Amino acid sequence: MIWIYLLILVALSAAAFFGGRTLARRRAIGAKPHSRPGQHGAYALIWVAAPALLVLILASVFAAPLQRQLTAAGTPDAVAALEPFRRDAFFADAHRVGRGEAALQIWERPLAEQLPVEARRMVRIERTLSWGGGVAAILAAILGGLFALTQIKPQTRARNRVEGWIYGALFVCSAIAVLTTLGIIASLAFDSFRFFQKVPVLDFLFGTQWSPQIAIRADQVGSSGAFGAVPLFAGTLLIMVIAMCVAAPIGLLSAIYLSEYAGRTTRAVIKPLLEILAGVPTVVYGFFAALTVGPLLRVFFNEIGLFLIGGPLDGLGQYLALVQNQMALTAGAVMGIMLIPFVSSLSDDILNAVPQSLRDGSFAMGATKSETVKRVLLPAALPGIAGALLLAVSRAIGETMIVTMAAGLAANLTFNPLDTVTTVTVQIVTLLTGDQEFNSAKTLSAFGLGLTLFLVTLMLNIIAHRIVQTYREQYD
Amino acid sequence: MTDATPDQIAGAAAKGRLDRLRAGLKRRHARETRFKWYGRLAIAAAMLFLAVLLVRIVEQGHTAFYTHTVTVPVFMDPARVDRAYPQGSNFEQLAAEQQLARMGIQDDAAGTKAAQMKRLFSSELKFVAADLVAKRSEVIGETVPLAVPLSDDADLYLKGEISRETPEDQRRLTDQQIAWLDRMQTEGVIGSHFNTALFTNGDSTQPELAGVLGAVVGSALMLMVTALIAIPLGVGAAIWLEEFAPKNKLTDIIEVNINNLAAVPSIVYGLLGLALFINWMHLPRASPIVGGLVLALMALPTLVIATRSALKAVPPSIREAALAMGASKTQTVFSHVLPLAMPGVMTGAIISMAHALGETAPLLLIGMVSFVPGVPHAIDQPVGALPSLIYIWENASERAFHERTAAAIIVLLVFMIIMNAAAIILRRRFERRW
Repeated sequence: MIWIYLLILVALSAAAFFGGRTLARRRAIGAKPHSRPGQHGAYALIWVAAPALLVLILASVFAAPLQRQLTAAGTPDAVAALEPFRRDAFFADAHRVGRGEAALQIWERPLAEQLPVEARRMVRIERTLSWGGGVAAILAAILGGLFALTQIKPQTRARNRVEGWIYGALFVCSAIAVLTTLGIIASLAFDSFRFFQKVPVLDFLFGTQWSPQIAIRADQVGSSGAFGAVPLFAGTLLIMVIAMCVAAPIGLLSAIYLSEYAGRTTRAVIKPLLEILAGVPTVVYGFFAALTVGPLLRVFFNEIGLFLIGGPLDGLGQYLALVQNQMALTAGAVMGIMLIPFVSSLSDDILNAVPQSLRDGSFAMGATKSETVKRVLLPAALPGIAGALLLAVSRAIGETMIVTMAAGLAANLTFNPLDTVTTVTVQIVTLLTGDQEFNSAKTLSAFGLGLTLFLVTLMLNIIAHRIVQTYREQYD
Repeated sequence: MTDATPDQIAGAAAKGRLDRLRAGLKRRHARETRFKWYGRLAIAAAMLFLAVLLVRIVEQGHTAFYTHTVTVPVFMDPARVDRAYPQGSNFEQLAAEQQLARMGIQDDAAGTKAAQMKRLFSSELKFVAADLVAKRSEVIGETVPLAVPLSDDADLYLKGEISRETPEDQRRLTDQQIAWLDRMQTEGVIGSHFNTALFTNGDSTQPELAGVLGAVVGSALMLMVTALIAIPLGVGAAIWLEEFAPKNKLTDIIEVNINNLAAVPSIVYGLLGLALFINWMHLPRASPIVGGLVLALMALPTLVIATRSALKAVPPSIREAALAMGASKTQTVFSHVLPLAMPGVMTGAIISMAHALGETAPLLLIGMVSFVPGVPHAIDQPVGALPSLIYIWENASERAFHERTAAAIIVLLVFMIIMNAAAIILRRRFERRW
């Protein structure tokens, strides 16, 4: 239905544009017009399209709640007496019947008679609302058009007015970006607040027990659930450290080699290949971790374990022989691979920003290339590289798919890379997929975790950006 | 008493110093070479990871691109086929019994062998047969050849993924079933061919029938919504910030804000989508409209940053020339600067869309982990998406889904590579030096 209105709107706007242009031409005869006819046309178009679009958007936003209210207002007694979810099901069926489909459930006597009546009423409400919205939009378009008609005069500053609208539209675009931040903060803060009403903030931040599963009956084990997030923070930290141990040296050394040693052709080949590594979706890395790296590492450690069993390191051997696929090391290593191109391209930029004169000075003193890199470039670029590594850390903390697929779900408070750990992002995914009721502490805890994640990564990003920027200004 | 003249002493000292210098130089050069090799090793490691990643995925996924079909003649026994309600007839049993009879095998009273034989055919057989009977009821009483996929386990065996050497209780096929399969293959009723179902079917609980089309269409619908929202908004915001914005506190805040948004973890956008679009605005869960909105908000900051750098690259002389000719600020931007920056803008748009295509975490939170069979056609219906399909299949217990997961990854990577290649070509083609 909305498509038809949009089509009508497009047609009306086009008519307004051409009509306005012709009219402007005709009225301009004998006078010296301020703006060109096309600009008058554009002005008319804006006055037709903008009010109508506004009405359409308002109508589609408010249609659903209005429809719910109207339906609830006229509910017959037999239906009103039903339990809430049965009532919803009844209305859903009435909706289906109204559209000419078969009902999903069989309703008993008084309800069965009500069903077609209700169906007709629902269709009527829906039709009224959708027609009402459309007619209001077209009316708004016509009113706007009439206003524009009166404005088409040779002395009207149509161009400036059109440009004013464009300026406004562009500003709204930027404002939406800010609104996104507000939306994130508002949605996270609102639900987190509800969570922190049930679970105290300090228990959440410093508790060492995480078991959000709330049992159905009060007498079962773990009936209250525990929301101490320290094991999650520890797991996140552990995986992040492992990832950085892989990504930082490899990424940094590749960047140094590419920017200082490699010839043009090598660069031309390696750079796009690194870009492929950067463009691979994280779910693919997750698959790679779960089905290739995990089993590989497990076999590796099991073999070592079998070798050690019976020797002086028997205990370690026994432990290694039982290592499983899902461990912090798998997720961390694969996440490190994912971060290599990120680290290398950022460090590459920063190394390139170091002025050539520093290099030349060092070479003039007889230093070799590696000495120049180690004693001149790296110290000069150090703040920038630290910033880049911090950005990588924030990426590692927020990364979801790899850890979801490879790290496990058990909330262990451990720093052993061969154990399964769980992270903040994994818990958010687990808590919010599958069955959920909306007001339980379990579901809401995901928003508490999300807020923590958002604040931590935000802080890291701000610090990293500040470091990178202050450093850059030194040579500009 | 020594014969050494002062000259000789000086010479020896010089020689010693030279030796030390030489040795030091050697050490330094060795260090230089070592350092160079560290760099090479680092790059080699990165390339090795890339190669292992791609090779492993192709290795695991290539078998999903062909499949096995069995052609069985089925006598449509009038006594067992219900003319009025063909869906109710047990065609699988019928086909299995007749196949056993053809192979000269006597079934026991409980029909265990027929049950085993039945498990070699895909359940698709039932629907193919029922369809045929519903369309042409005259086939009842005739023998018609039905071509249906083999079941996933039988298919895996023929691909060599289930080994005959594994003990019988540890594999999904019995020795008897394997023997029958071998016999059917030598008889030539089993054919192998390109797996078209993978590209024409939606998701299914049966691996042999599951395909990626539903997810591809879902991803395409979602990406359409994302592009329609993110590209105009992002380009508009970038133009305002770069060309129109007054330099004051407010624009500084907007700028810092957009830079920060680009680094917000994607899962936080999922939380935003869940709270805002689903719980508050009551938009339909798991629909392309919600997915597209979330991805659009996520792609917006990157798009703004890319567009701004494209606009920045247009030299001020162009603007000044236009302004000098009497053009207004808006005319300058829209008729001179933007067209020149267009290749850069489009490159940024394509790259951010490619990122949005591969993003998974936010989709999981808005409900795109549920099983959606069939191919979607509307933007307000629950759909699947390619990355979430990969996630779902990776978690599936049937082994045949593993090769299909890798195959779906190959499809996704092909899309990513096409998009990135398009961006690179655009950049090369329209690269301009001012």
